[in-house]
Amino acid sequence: MRLSPDQMIFWQHGLLKLNGTIVFTWGLMIVLALGSKLITRKLSTELQRSRWQNLLEIVVTGIEKQIKDVGLREPKKYIGFLGTLFLFVALASLCTIIPGYEPPTGSLSTTAALALCVLAAVPFFGIAEEGLGGYLKSYVEPTVIMLPFNIISELSRTLALAVRLFGNMMSGTMILAILLTITPFIFPIAMSALGLLTGMVQAYIFSILAAVYIAAATRGRHSGSEATPESRA
Amino acid sequence: MDNMTLIAIASIVTAGLTIALGSIGPALGEGRAVATALSSLAQQPDAATTITRTLFVGLAMIESIAIYCFVVSMILLFANPFWNHVIAQIAGK
Repeated sequence: MRLSPDQMIFWQHGLLKLNGTIVFTWGLMIVLALGSKLITRKLSTELQRSRWQNLLEIVVTGIEKQIKDVGLREPKKYIGFLGTLFLFVALASLCTIIPGYEPPTGSLSTTAALALCVLAAVPFFGIAEEGLGGYLKSYVEPTVIMLPFNIISELSRTLALAVRLFGNMMSGTMILAILLTITPFIFPIAMSALGLLTGMVQAYIFSILAAVYIAAATRGRHSGSEATPESRA
Repeated sequence: MDNMTLIAIASIVTAGLTIALGSIGPALGEGRAVATALSSLAQQPDAATTITRTLFVGLAMIESIAIYCFVVSMILLFANPFWNHVIAQIAGK
């Protein structure tokens, strides 16, 4: 049984391998980039606008509102990163309705890369907002004793982000494959509908968690009364 | 019994135990979380968006523990390093 699209090899030449993960990731990237380029080519500010522009506006304002709800006051600064994460993971799981496609997020390398991006983005935005000293100070926030635990939590939540997304996506395809051998006709359809739902929820959770981590790093100075919903799972 | 059989038995039994025991805790936790969220939704329908968002994030946190167990059992079943080691040794002979 195939555990991830890594083992789906399209082309091989010596050490160079073109596996399913790379192909599908680039496919999604092309769809996302070309699609938004094509749609934003003729934007209008009139009342009469194309339906694709309406779709993009709904998506962008929706993401912006969610980022603002988490506590980042200027969502415009972060939407480039967080919105891309959400759109990529969401499209990766939405495309599972296409036959022959396997979500690239079902491979641990993709999710680890995304989680490493979050790991790097947190200090990046934190230093941009608070300055180097202010950001480093957030590591010794309650007392100095908490320093190792803060570092451990930084690393463990990165691992958790990667394994959570990977596990959810992999379990979706896995359950489908097992069900196809047991009850082949109707039941797998219901499970793939459930897979679409969990895919969207996971995309939402991945980007919301990234937003929460960034929010925790960027507002150390004025965190006073607001309790940050920081999590250490 | 030779080593291969022992490794196979240990892997299969451990995979089953992992997912069986590992899903008990998250199941209890998710049940409690959803029950509390439902009662607070009934008390304060105005705060629905905040409660739902926090609930989803919390559920993902709790569920990730079950997902870890699932990943470990899948590794034991389909990508077992010990099994691969023994196979490689036998093939090398």
